[in-house]
Amino acid sequence: MSDTAPEITLSARKLTRCFGNQKIIHDVSLTLRRGEVLGLLGHNGAGKSTTMQMLTGCLLPDSGDIEICGIDLLRQPILAKKHLGYLPETPPLYRELCVDDYLTFAARLRGIENGKVAAALAQAKQRSGLDAVGGKIISTLSKGYQQRVGIAQAIVHNPEVVVLDEPTVGLDPAQIRDIRALIRELGDRSSVILSTHLLGEVESLCDRVEIMQKGRLIYGDTTAALSNYGGEPGRLEENFIRITERETATAATIAEDGK
Amino acid sequence: MIRLIAMRELRSLFTLPSTWLIFAALQFVFAWFFLARLEAFLEVQPQLAQLANPPGVTVTVAAPMFQTIALLLMMLTPMYTMRLIAEERRNQTLPLLLSAPLSEFHIVLGKFLGMLVFLVALSASVPLMLYSLALGTSLDHGLMLANLIGLLLLTASFTALGLYISALTAQPVIAAIGALAALVGLWLADIGASAPDSPWHAISPLGRFQNFNAGLLDSSDALFFVLFSGVFLLLTIRRLHNNRIYG
Repeated sequence: MSDTAPEITLSARKLTRCFGNQKIIHDVSLTLRRGEVLGLLGHNGAGKSTTMQMLTGCLLPDSGDIEICGIDLLRQPILAKKHLGYLPETPPLYRELCVDDYLTFAARLRGIENGKVAAALAQAKQRSGLDAVGGKIISTLSKGYQQRVGIAQAIVHNPEVVVLDEPTVGLDPAQIRDIRALIRELGDRSSVILSTHLLGEVESLCDRVEIMQKGRLIYGDTTAALSNYGGEPGRLEENFIRITERETATAATIAEDGK
Repeated sequence: MIRLIAMRELRSLFTLPSTWLIFAALQFVFAWFFLARLEAFLEVQPQLAQLANPPGVTVTVAAPMFQTIALLLMMLTPMYTMRLIAEERRNQTLPLLLSAPLSEFHIVLGKFLGMLVFLVALSASVPLMLYSLALGTSLDHGLMLANLIGLLLLTASFTALGLYISALTAQPVIAAIGALAALVGLWLADIGASAPDSPWHAISPLGRFQNFNAGLLDSSDALFFVLFSGVFLLLTIRRLHNNRIYG
């Protein structure tokens, strides 16, 4: 069985993170395999974005290990980050540049050689639906197109691992549909971790789900299993709420017993 | 990678219309200073000619011109360095650099060199104007060279300090005010210190530039500028690294 399992592209073990005296992330462990889309679910403030920042090297964990394609992100960050594409919650766009200039910079930043930049750019623009706006200044684009540019910079170097932090937030339904189609396509070629609190997004995109609450992973299984949780099939939203409420109740009981 | 970051800084600067406007206005100001100095020299030249050892055009026109440019750069540099990291923070574009396969060293050195090239380009017309005097008279090339080296080192030190202060905040205006306050503070402390052995003379970049301005190439002054720039670049690298540690 393990011989045929797809290669692990991202592995995080026992990540912890404190801000000041407060522990924000508690022993988070994740694995991601090639061709898999993993949904990181959770309420606001659950620790999804912090976890993603750690997975992409933007934030150092207090303890734990992260490997990207078998390379230790903390010990060999430059080597590991070559296999990584990241779209933060706010797309990191230089709005004074035109789309082509910005993506050229992003491609060169990710180590694509000069001679191969044009081909990489053409492919990223085609996949993100940006062919018609290459010469436009980013600040003049709609929010949906800016989000596409953000995704294009994350995939311009064909990374093995793509990390997307709430990629469809603030978009209209048509834009959401297009971005979801793009993420699904990305999931066929690479591995994708996507954080969201839209359960419909998880249902339509993700192979597997991890639910975070108060910095802890409280549930991890396939999307189908979450959908059938507790023998009530097709009720993803209710099941998500049941899991998080059960965890809250358990935590309250433990706290009560402690007194 | 360093070159890539530097080129992006330059590209971003030159996409702003305000950069071109300020660039053009400064060339006008430089030319006005130059012609004013030259006119003053031509007025007193007959009297100077009666002296046994009259000062040449390099001492009377070029050196004061470099002194003026140094003061102008002290006020201008914070206006440009304020954006370098503070704006990346404000616009939340820093994750693009932090998640890319490059180190803080590449980011900081790239930004520093990009800004230094811009400021050198901004003031490049000054030596060109001064060297145009060679068409009608002979110049003291030693004095010119000392001033050029001094101005380059001075600009590097201003840029390094401005870059560090830009790394401390997410507000470019605060970064500009902070860098300007630090540079003017060092300058005022230097000119206000009456004792010749006051430490303020030793740590003020403009104070250290005086020897270069007088044509004296002192290795201790050059070393001061290298150390001054190096320390602030290291502090900036440290600040960016702390970004990953403290968020």
